Order: sequence, then C-alpha cells, then structure tokens
Amino acid sequence: MDFPILSSLILLPLVGSLFILFVKSDASNNYQSSKYVALFTSFVNFLISIYLWYLFDNSISAFQFIEDKQWLRGFVNYKVGIDGISILFILLTTFITSLSIISINNSISSRLKEFLIAILVMESLMIGVFCSLDLVIFYLFFEGGLIPMFLIIGIWGGSRRVYSAFKFFLFTLLGSVLMLLAIITIYWTAGTTDIIHLYELGIDWKYQNLLWLAFFSSFAVKTPMWPFHTWLPDAHVEAPTAGSVFLAAILLKLAGYGFIRFSLGLFPIASNFFTPLIYSLSLIAIVFISLVALMQDDMKKLIAYSSVAHMGFVTLGIFTLTQQGIEGSIIQMISHGLISAALFICVGVLYDRTHSRLISNYGGIVSIMPKYAVVFMIFTLAAIGLPGTSGFIGEFLILLGAFQKSFIVAAIASLGVIFAAAYMLWLYKRVVFGNLVNKELLKILDLNKSEIFILWSLAIPILFFGFYPEPLINTIEVSIQDLIKMYDLNLTSYIESGRATLIK
Amino acid sequence: MIDNLNFIYPEIFISLSIMFLLLLGVFKKNSSSLIYNLSIIFLIFTLALIFNYPLQSNISLFNESYKIDYFSSFMKILTMCSGIFVLIISSRYLKIFKMFQIEYSILILCSILGMMVMISSNDLIVFYIGLELQSLALYVLASFNREEIKSSEAGLKYFVLSALSSGLLLYGCSLIYGFSGSTNFIIISENIDSTQLGLTLGIVFILVGLAFKISAVPFHMWAPDVYEGSPTSVTLFFAVVPKIAALTVFIRILYVPFINMIDQWQIIIIFLSIASMIFGAVAAIGQKNLKRLVAYSSIGHMGFALAGLSSGTNEGIQSSIIYISIYLIMNLGLFSCLFTMKRNDKYYENIEDLSGLSKNHPLISLSLMIILFSLAGIPPMAGFFAKFYIFTAVIKESMYFLAIAGLLSTVISAFYYLRIIKIIYFDPEKEKYDTDYNIGLKITLSLSTLLILLYFIFPSRLVEIVSRINII
Repeated sequence: MDFPILSSLILLPLVGSLFILFVKSDASNNYQSSKYVALFTSFVNFLISIYLWYLFDNSISAFQFIEDKQWLRGFVNYKVGIDGISILFILLTTFITSLSIISINNSISSRLKEFLIAILVMESLMIGVFCSLDLVIFYLFFEGGLIPMFLIIGIWGGSRRVYSAFKFFLFTLLGSVLMLLAIITIYWTAGTTDIIHLYELGIDWKYQNLLWLAFFSSFAVKTPMWPFHTWLPDAHVEAPTAGSVFLAAILLKLAGYGFIRFSLGLFPIASNFFTPLIYSLSLIAIVFISLVALMQDDMKKLIAYSSVAHMGFVTLGIFTLTQQGIEGSIIQMISHGLISAALFICVGVLYDRTHSRLISNYGGIVSIMPKYAVVFMIFTLAAIGLPGTSGFIGEFLILLGAFQKSFIVAAIASLGVIFAAAYMLWLYKRVVFGNLVNKELLKILDLNKSEIFILWSLAIPILFFGFYPEPLINTIEVSIQDLIKMYDLNLTSYIESGRATLIK
Repeated sequence: MIDNLNFIYPEIFISLSIMFLLLLGVFKKNSSSLIYNLSIIFLIFTLALIFNYPLQSNISLFNESYKIDYFSSFMKILTMCSGIFVLIISSRYLKIFKMFQIEYSILILCSILGMMVMISSNDLIVFYIGLELQSLALYVLASFNREEIKSSEAGLKYFVLSALSSGLLLYGCSLIYGFSGSTNFIIISENIDSTQLGLTLGIVFILVGLAFKISAVPFHMWAPDVYEGSPTSVTLFFAVVPKIAALTVFIRILYVPFINMIDQWQIIIIFLSIASMIFGAVAAIGQKNLKRLVAYSSIGHMGFALAGLSSGTNEGIQSSIIYISIYLIMNLGLFSCLFTMKRNDKYYENIEDLSGLSKNHPLISLSLMIILFSLAGIPPMAGFFAKFYIFTAVIKESMYFLAIAGLLSTVISAFYYLRIIKIIYFDPEKEKYDTDYNIGLKITLSLSTLLILLYFIFPSRLVEIVSRINII
C-alpha cells in the first residue's frame, strides 16, 4: 500500500480543525462556515473509511495497510495498521463524528468554533488509538483524548460541569499512568513496544500478571467497569448532546478494544488467570447497575447507567475467550455505539425543546411527537436487545460464549437482559405514553428534518445489522480466530512448561 | 597558559562586555535602554562564540580545573538562550516598574558569567567561585524593586538562606579536600576511598548546598517567598536559569569524582527526588498566587530532574537534561503569559485574575492551556515526553517505587494545572487585559507554544543532540 490511507484518516480532521481556526466565522453568521468545514471534513473522513473497508481483505488475519516510520530514534516507531477488529471501530468513529456534527444545531450557542475543533481533534485521536500498532503511540492517542473531552465537558456542560470534568480527567489519568509504567516495563523486558513483534515474542510469564493489572487499571476506568464507573454518569449528564454521543459511542469502546488487543493479545496467561475477576465485576455491572438504572429519574443518567451495564456484557464476552463471545463483544460494542448515540440524541431532542431531562416532566409525548415516538421505540427495543436489532446479535453471541464456559455466569448475565427490558420499557412508557400532564409540552414540535435524518441514519444500520450481521462477522472472523489460536497456543505451552518444571 | 585563553573566549568576552557596559552606564546619561539592548546583543554574540570551537571537543584547561566539552557547551547554550529570552520578554515589565536601570541587565550578565564558570568547572574552588558570582548577582536582582517591601524581603531571605547553604557547601568542599587531598575532580576521583566517613559527609554537605540552589525538598523553604516577592522578570530568571547551572554541577560532581560512591549518594538523591515531587504536587494545590504556584511546581519539576539523575546511568543523565530543556521552554511560555496580564500599567498575578481569559484573549488562553497541559505531562505535549524519558531511565534501573512516586505526583499535580485551565476556560470573564504586547513577547510565546505542541512530530531531534553527552 503506497498511499498512507490510515495516516490521512488521522490527519484529515486535524487539517479540518486548523481550517476552522482560521476561517472567519462568529456568532453573527451563526458559525455557518466553520460548521460546513467540520461537516465536510468529517464526511470525507467517513467516505475514506468506507473505502478502506472496501479495500480491506477479510480473508487474512495479519495487519493491513501498515505504515512504519522512524519516530523516536530507534526506540519507538510510528506504526499504524488495521486488522478485522480495528476497522469496524474506525468506521464507527467516522460515522458517529459526522452525525454528531450534524446534530449540533442550536443546542450549543457559545463558542461553537472551539467545540467543532475539539470534536475533530477527538476524532483524529480516536482513529489513532484504533489503528496504532505500537504501545507508546497507542498511549499517546489514548491519553491525548483526555484534553478535548475535558474541554467538551467543562466548557459546554451543565451546572456541575467542573466537577464532572475533573472527575473524568483525574480518574482516567490515574488509570492510565499505571499503563504507561507497564508500557515502559514491557520495553525494557521485551526490547520493543511494537505490537506485532510483541505478539510473536510473547511476554515473560513472570511479569504478565502485574502488567495485566496495570493495563486493567486503565481500561477498567475507561470501560467503565464497576466499581470504577462513577465518573461516567456525572460526565454524561453534564456533557452537551454531541459530547455525550461521542463519549458513549466511541470513548467507551477504547477500553473494550484495548482489552482485546492488549490484555488478550499480550498477556494471554494473565487473562486466563484473571477471568474470574472480570466475570464477577462484569456480572455486578450487569445486574447491580441495571437495578441502579431502573431507579434513575434523569433520562441521561439512566442511559449512562445502561451503558455501564452494556459494557459489562462486553467485558464478559471478551473474557469468555471463545470465538462467539469475542465476536459478540465487538458487535455489541458497535451496536451499543449506534444505539447509545441514538438514545442520547433522542434525549437531546427533548432537552432542546423543554430544557428538562427529568422523566417526571414528560408523559404523553406520543400524541404531540408521533414521529419521535416511532424512532425512540426502535432504539428502546434495540437497547433491550430485541431480535431483529443489532443489539440482539451482540448479546446473543456473548451469552452463547458464556454458556460454553459457565452455566451460572450465563444465567446471571441473562438476568441483565430482563432488567434492561425493565428499565428501558419503563422509561419509554413514562416518557412517551400516559397522560399529557405537563401543559408546556403542548407547545413543542415534532422532529425537524435534520433530526429525522440523524435518527434514521442511526436506525437503519441498527435494523440492517440486526437482520443481516454477515458483513460485520465476516470482517472480524479471521482476526478473532487467529487471536484465539494464539491464546490457546500460549496457554498450552504454559501448562506444558508448568508440568515440565513439576517433573524436574 | 596563554594557549588556554583561546578556549574561553565566551567567558572573556562576557566579562569584558560587563565592564564595558558598566563604564558606558556610568559615563553616559540615560543609557539604560541602550545598555539593555546591548546586553542582549552581547549575549547573542557570546552564544555565537561558543560555537567557535567544535562542540565535540573535550578540553581541560588550567591544570584540568576548567573543562570545555560537549556537555558544558550544551548547557551553556541553554543558559545563554534562556538568558536572552528572559531579557527580551521582560523589558516592558521593567519599564513599568521603573526598574529599567543600567544595573539590571549588567547583573543578569554577571550571574550568567557565574553560571558559565559553574558549568565548566572541574574543580571545587572554581565551582565555588562561579556559584558565588551568580548568587551575589541574584541577591541584588531579587530585591531590585526597592520600593516594594516584599521584594526587599525576598532579597534578604534569599541572601541569608543562600549564604547559609553556601557555608555548608564550602564546609563539604573542605572535608572532601581533607580526605582526598585535592580539589580537582579528576584527582579526587583517583584518590577516593569510599569507606571513609569524612568523604560521605562531605558529599552530603555539597548535596545540601546544591539542593538548596535548585530548591529541592527539604531545602525549598526560600523558593515560594522569593518567587512571590521578587519582580516577575527576576522570578522567571530564578525559575529557569540557575537551575540549569546547578543541575550541571550536580551531574558533574556526582558522576565524575564520586561515581564510585554511588551507593552513598544515590539514596540521598532518591529521597530528595521523591520528597520534591510529592511535596511540589501537594503544596501547589492550595496556592492563589501564580508565582507561588510556579515556585511549588518548579520544586516538583526539579524532583523529576533529580529522579533521572539518581539512576546512575548515562540514560538517566540524558533524560534529566532533556527534562530541564523542555522545562525551560515551558516556563518561558508560562511567564510570557504572565507578562500579558496587564491592565492600565498594573500587572496581575493571582490565579483568579485569569478568570474567563479565553473569551477575551482566545489565542493567549490557547497557548496557556497547551503550556499547562504540557507542564502536567499530558500527551502529546512536550512535557509528556520529558516525563516519559525520565520514567524510561528510571524503570530501566528497576527503581519502580521512584517511578510510582513520580506517577502519583503527576496525577496530583494535574489537578492544580487543571484548576488553572478551568479558571481560564470555564469561569465567567473579567475585564480585558491590555493588548499592547511587544514583539519579543509575542515571538517568545508563540515559539514556545509551537515547540511544545509540535514536539511530538520530531521527538528524536533533542534526544539525538543530548545523547552525545556521555559523562560516565
């Protein structure tokens, strides 16, 4: 591959944000020109990523489109490349970014220019995370994302924005610095931070557990897993709609991706060792957080908690270490990206009209906003995981994987599906059906054109992949097969060597 | 002997120019502006003179008591550059505070000369002379704003405590002379007997004196008061330039004569480093004055530089040097921002005064934000790489507790940097500041911001340069 397509994906949003910085546009002309520039860049990026998917070869598990440049003198190389696992996340990122930029209509009135820049920088960093093939480069992108997100929450958030922004930043920073320590340790023990090399070399068994924990500390905060999840509801509630969409749809996927790529790939023995830990944390997240979600009176908080529960499914699926489980987790992450984005936009639609996120302020929306009621229903059902939506495919595969490993784990996880149905349907009932008590709601209008466009462009892929998940599964299948093969190989050689030492 | 003079043209030139400027100032009325500009030009010329001889050369002069090598040249270049930028950005400030007098720039030149001697010293006596020359100039500079009682207090405080530490240092030097029979670094290293308690004691005293100069905990007490009380332009000078020279001497003394006694001094450096990192991070949280905050943050940053130093390897030394270079750039940028906080000829220096800066001055706030994130060590800013190299060097030697202390203090210190960013970006705006910046300030601010922001594109340039420094 001669043309550096991945680097251009990373760079294009940055170029776009530079343009926005210098384009003349302010509140007087409603920031039109900067919005067009942002929209144009993100859309072009989306098209490039589609083209990338088209060029991508499903049948090989090796990394493709590799770019390798000397960067930190003989120490770290700038190395990017993708395999079946990362391409879907890149697609998700570019898709959601375009949509979240369209979704900014009037909800953000001040400093839109800076907001667009932050979103675009964020996009570029996230793409960087998903395609970096070097631990240090990965860390750079991973941590760099803190800065724009901190600003997005802090500048454009609601009343408790400062608290949430600080909590978000410091929590994730604390988690990540330990990962940095682990990365440097890996460099000194293995001699490289290049992931492909590390996959081949393997990491000394002695260190795996500690290193795994260091990576875990970062990913657990980012996922977020119970009990490290407390930053998420605060951050979500206070972030503006576009920020929430970005946070839920993309940022939460970083950790899931990291678990697959690094925890499983680099530390197979430790991953095996810590499986019970992950199972219990995931199950607590699924059951306990679902119950917490049930009792929320703030719509955004409810969806935020439901994200934690859904991510519990994802981590559970990953650490079943079966083909179905991991495939399910990836599909679950993609579909959760679409669904949670859609749900946050749904809440944003209501919030823009009434400036209230409290469930008790609504009721009987169906008679005033019928179009809204229809799309909201699709997303509610998708969040529950009803067959025919992409949410079902993910959860089904994860449970399938879990049943292979442990019946009890799978049984408890299934409870989560029921709870999800409870809190989502109850939310839908309280908001959309019932009597129209709040007279102020009479004044509000149904969806406008751009909202219809955004919501349906999220609904279509959710339904499409619900009925026909083949394209997704085809893309990831070979890479995951390879991952599992490598994992099994490592584990057997570990067990054999263990026996060998026993015999000695 | 005369041949030796060929190699110290920069030092000779700067001494001659000090005398010339002094005479000029005495005989010519109202020449402060001329002298100020001339001293900048002379500094640039001295910088050029350093390049007169190939940087790679390794020369010992005056019976091996004065050393010109790549390391000393690099540190001198750093000192010169920061001296030049300090002078460039503080002229407006000095004029407003009526401190724009001939002595100011001459004193700066004097202290830079002292630092050059320190950097090149290969002998305890030469080192001490250099140290005293720079300190004496700094005492006067700290109390330069005579009208202001805080400034006089700062000068006096700095003088008393610094004299005390110089005394300890001198005592250490005499102990070392007594137990090794020489003041020359090379001869000391030959005669050294690491079992002698007197030598260890001597090293401890020297370390105390040096730790005072770079304000490492527990010898940091003077820093916050002196930083706050001194005129801002002098604070900038304090925060950056003497630390380069002190760090150089640290490296020279520990790694040339006493490398065999690493077991004895390593633990001291590790303690200084951890204490400085943690204390700098924690104590800065409650600060309201920006200059005080910079004092505490510089204590923390020095802790990081010492962490690299404690590893006892070339990588460690190099990482410390990289750290201090990046620290220098960040501080220049930070103080340029401080110099823009001026309204009707009054400078503001409380953190609260930054409130809502982003609405009135978007570009300055953007650079300030970049600088602050860099100070906090968040990628992809240069500050991250500085910390990264330190951690790499430290972990290579398996000093995990030091690395963990560093990581913890990074997270804690992120809090107070974030607080400033919060005040700039999230808080309601105040009155506008004056926008009549001079061109030097603009250039310095944009240069340092760009260097910090774009460092990640070519991170190996600095490493390549620094990796030629091999002390051991």
